[in-house]
Amino acid sequence: MSPLAQPNGTATGAAAARYSGARVSRVEDARLLTGRGTFVDDVVRPGMLHACFVRSPLARARILGIDASEALALDGVHAVFTAEDLNPDVREQWYTLTGKDVPDTPRPPLAEDEVRFVGDPVALVVAEDRYIAEDAVELVSVDYDPLPPVVDYVTARDAEALVHAGYPRNVAGETAGRPAAELDPIFDGAPVVVRETIYQQAYAPVPMETRGMVAEWSAPDGELTIWAATQSPHEVRLFCSRLLGLPEHRVRVVMRDTGGGFGQKVMPLREDMCVMLAARKLPAAVKWIEDRRENLMSAGKSRHEHGDARMAFDADGTILAAAMDFVQDVGAYPTPWPVGTAGVIGMLFPGPYRIADATFSSTCVFSNTTGRAAYRGPWQFESVAREVLLDIAARRMGMDPADLRRKNLLKFDDLPFSNPNGMGVYTDVTPLETFEHGLTMLDYDAFRREQKRAREQGRFLGVGTCSYVEPTTAGMNLLSTEGATIRIEPSGKVNVYVSGGSSGNSIETTVVQLTADALGVDIADVNTVQGDTAVTPFGGGTSGSRSGSMTAGAVAETASVLRERMTAIAAHCLEAAVGDIDLIGGRAAVRGVPSAGMSVAEIAQIAYFQPDALPPGTPPGLEASGRYRAREPMIWTNATHVCTCEVDPVTGAVTILRYIVSEDCGPMINPNVVEGQIAGGTVQGIGGALYEHLAYDEDGNPVTTTFMDYLLPTAVEVPAIEYGHLETPGPGEGGYKGVGEGGAIGAPPAVVNAVADALAPFGVEITRLPITPESIVALVRGAQRTVTG
Amino acid sequence: MPEVQIRVMVNGRPRTATVPPRLTLADFLREHCRLTGTHLGCEHGVCGACSVLLDGEAVRACLVFAVQADGAEITTVEGIAAADGELSPVQAAFREHHGLQCGFCTPGFVVSVTAFLRDNPDPTDEQIRDGLSGNLCRCTGYQGIIEAVRAAAERPAEHTRTAGT
Repeated sequence: MSPLAQPNGTATGAAAARYSGARVSRVEDARLLTGRGTFVDDVVRPGMLHACFVRSPLARARILGIDASEALALDGVHAVFTAEDLNPDVREQWYTLTGKDVPDTPRPPLAEDEVRFVGDPVALVVAEDRYIAEDAVELVSVDYDPLPPVVDYVTARDAEALVHAGYPRNVAGETAGRPAAELDPIFDGAPVVVRETIYQQAYAPVPMETRGMVAEWSAPDGELTIWAATQSPHEVRLFCSRLLGLPEHRVRVVMRDTGGGFGQKVMPLREDMCVMLAARKLPAAVKWIEDRRENLMSAGKSRHEHGDARMAFDADGTILAAAMDFVQDVGAYPTPWPVGTAGVIGMLFPGPYRIADATFSSTCVFSNTTGRAAYRGPWQFESVAREVLLDIAARRMGMDPADLRRKNLLKFDDLPFSNPNGMGVYTDVTPLETFEHGLTMLDYDAFRREQKRAREQGRFLGVGTCSYVEPTTAGMNLLSTEGATIRIEPSGKVNVYVSGGSSGNSIETTVVQLTADALGVDIADVNTVQGDTAVTPFGGGTSGSRSGSMTAGAVAETASVLRERMTAIAAHCLEAAVGDIDLIGGRAAVRGVPSAGMSVAEIAQIAYFQPDALPPGTPPGLEASGRYRAREPMIWTNATHVCTCEVDPVTGAVTILRYIVSEDCGPMINPNVVEGQIAGGTVQGIGGALYEHLAYDEDGNPVTTTFMDYLLPTAVEVPAIEYGHLETPGPGEGGYKGVGEGGAIGAPPAVVNAVADALAPFGVEITRLPITPESIVALVRGAQRTVTG
Repeated sequence: MPEVQIRVMVNGRPRTATVPPRLTLADFLREHCRLTGTHLGCEHGVCGACSVLLDGEAVRACLVFAVQADGAEITTVEGIAAADGELSPVQAAFREHHGLQCGFCTPGFVVSVTAFLRDNPDPTDEQIRDGLSGNLCRCTGYQGIIEAVRAAAERPAEHTRTAGT
């Protein structure tokens, strides 16, 4: 157990942490291992109907007409909805996360006059079963007038065609830091300036469970019940209530198990809106389950961006200034509004380095492709651009990249340190410390010797690192607070209610651990109820690496009230001073008198059934609700990734040899959960660096709509991941910081740098992702031609 | 096309049904038998989430028609644990080694690994990784899964353990 891990700091004092910090087995596992989970596709309602979308086969076209008569004539078909049936019912359409005042981009439920990407939903077919619905989709005839699409976001600002008429030059929005001219004297006078344009391909969250929803309208009650695959049931409820103009309490959103989200399932997307809108027009519940082709075609893309990145250095390698002009593809219908996050990418570009002067510009560009969607570490490109540029700079300066980083990385003693682009003040992070820790775990010097020997034998090994700082647990809008209700039932058993919901982040286990510690009871006596807006307190859901810190705060806030009440009851009954009562092991004991005490069950009996025995002024029952407010606008966290690999320059094959993550997420509530999050994110990042590419052809056709084309890493490709943990407490509850996203941020640059280091003898630089065998072979051959020719 | 009568054993119980010829085995199990542990992650035979045992062999239920299973014995993830609910050695190892997170791919892994370890009781690490390569997981980075398979393989005594001992 970590000496730093304390579950809370509440008014009545905390019990000794018994579970926090321990590798506690997950409470979610038993049902999931035996096939007894409840994912949205497992939900069945009486008379339930099935929906399937008619989607555009063209990247850009005018819709001249839709003829659904043949589909409607098919036995078992209930309805075919088009934009004119559903879209006029939209009352308000905005996300709590971003607020209603942002200059949001268009987002119609169904395509109206024009389709804007291949996969754009045009009509919604509802039938008795999915097979019939798919048959009927084939029978809906849509008359399209093809238009020239804007496929390449890089040239979209100069394209004649516009994705949306109201956005000249296809620009969805721009942000910028201080005028770049202010930095000109630094760049002009610097001994070394390194500048590269770095490109990252489109890839996507790709949860193993696709999107899905069951919506059931009860006309007599005016109540809509939704079962959803979601990371944020309360956001779905709020969004739906505004969309349909229903009072919030007439919408109930339920999720038990969500099969991964990674950002894709935070906010309802256009198809979700269609199902919500259609539900009121149908006689029974309607289920929509996306198939994988649809998921890869229309659930959104992420990444896909480039940055003109530059840094000015002193002769000794000290970074004098950093700047990046950043451009990202937001597709046709980004969700959420992308401009704010694009700005964060520019602001975070200087990262965990001692950089005083910086600036950026960020531009979001529309294209006739699937919309940009949230994905684990949505600003991850700041690290890709910075860390790849630093390795290129080190090679140009003839320095070891580790020495260049050592000279510039912030260390704990340098804090607080203001981000030079105004992205807050870094506190409680350990960039240099995790860097040194990671290199020590590798034995960096030994690796360099091994690399040298290997090169002499014609083998090409490389090492790459990435160090980043990451804002987690943002305290704004939807995410500002988190609630918990704890009921110590009359038998002394505990139910804890939080918004939560299992989507792979082990939040049920986390909440049970924290509650058991906060109340001083056995973990087996705690159960948690999550993911049902009808019974759980409002909460922002799983996003932005916030669940650990925020639910810890909510549990601590609420448990403190019950601890105080139990302590008062016990002190009264045992005729002891309140200050002498310890709640531990499911008992209230009088300190120093081992024989004097009473169980939580006995206290509960009094609280519920013998109110006359309560001390004066103590309310009956043992139920409390509390709400935690984020203490800071964000909690900074950091890590260093270290990757070594061997590259075959003839075949272009990359083999990862070792993969080390040295991170500092503060005290760990459950190291298994922390490491699971790191590993999952890291492997997604390795996939992004080497395999995954949500690609389009030049006509705007998606060409990776199956798992035979969109290549996820398998058990064969992934390395064994080694973990190093520093546990510097942050400013939130328990000192816990976020850890959900970081793996996906740190991995791509570490892998790129390792491959580039391996190929350094060829004099090549990698500035385009993904690094495929073909791209490696082309780089090496190109370099050899240059040398020989 | 007329519906076809099939007779199968599902998790040890006989079941007769009349099904459309195009109904997949996965949909038969999920919708007709209400065994929703068999999950559909891609419906084109790559992700492995729908793996079931068909006469003992791990197959992708999304690529088999229910009518093709006529006369066969099928084991789904619901049939892997002991009757009293005790987890199988593979399931227990997954739990012990953090081999699952969201749990959507998990039934497919449990079924595939059960068949894999039956056929390869003493696998090398490379064989384990190869054996897992037909199942995709997006949460765990495979770390806990690989450890779980190794652990389950290293406890041969528990393979033959009967429930309750």
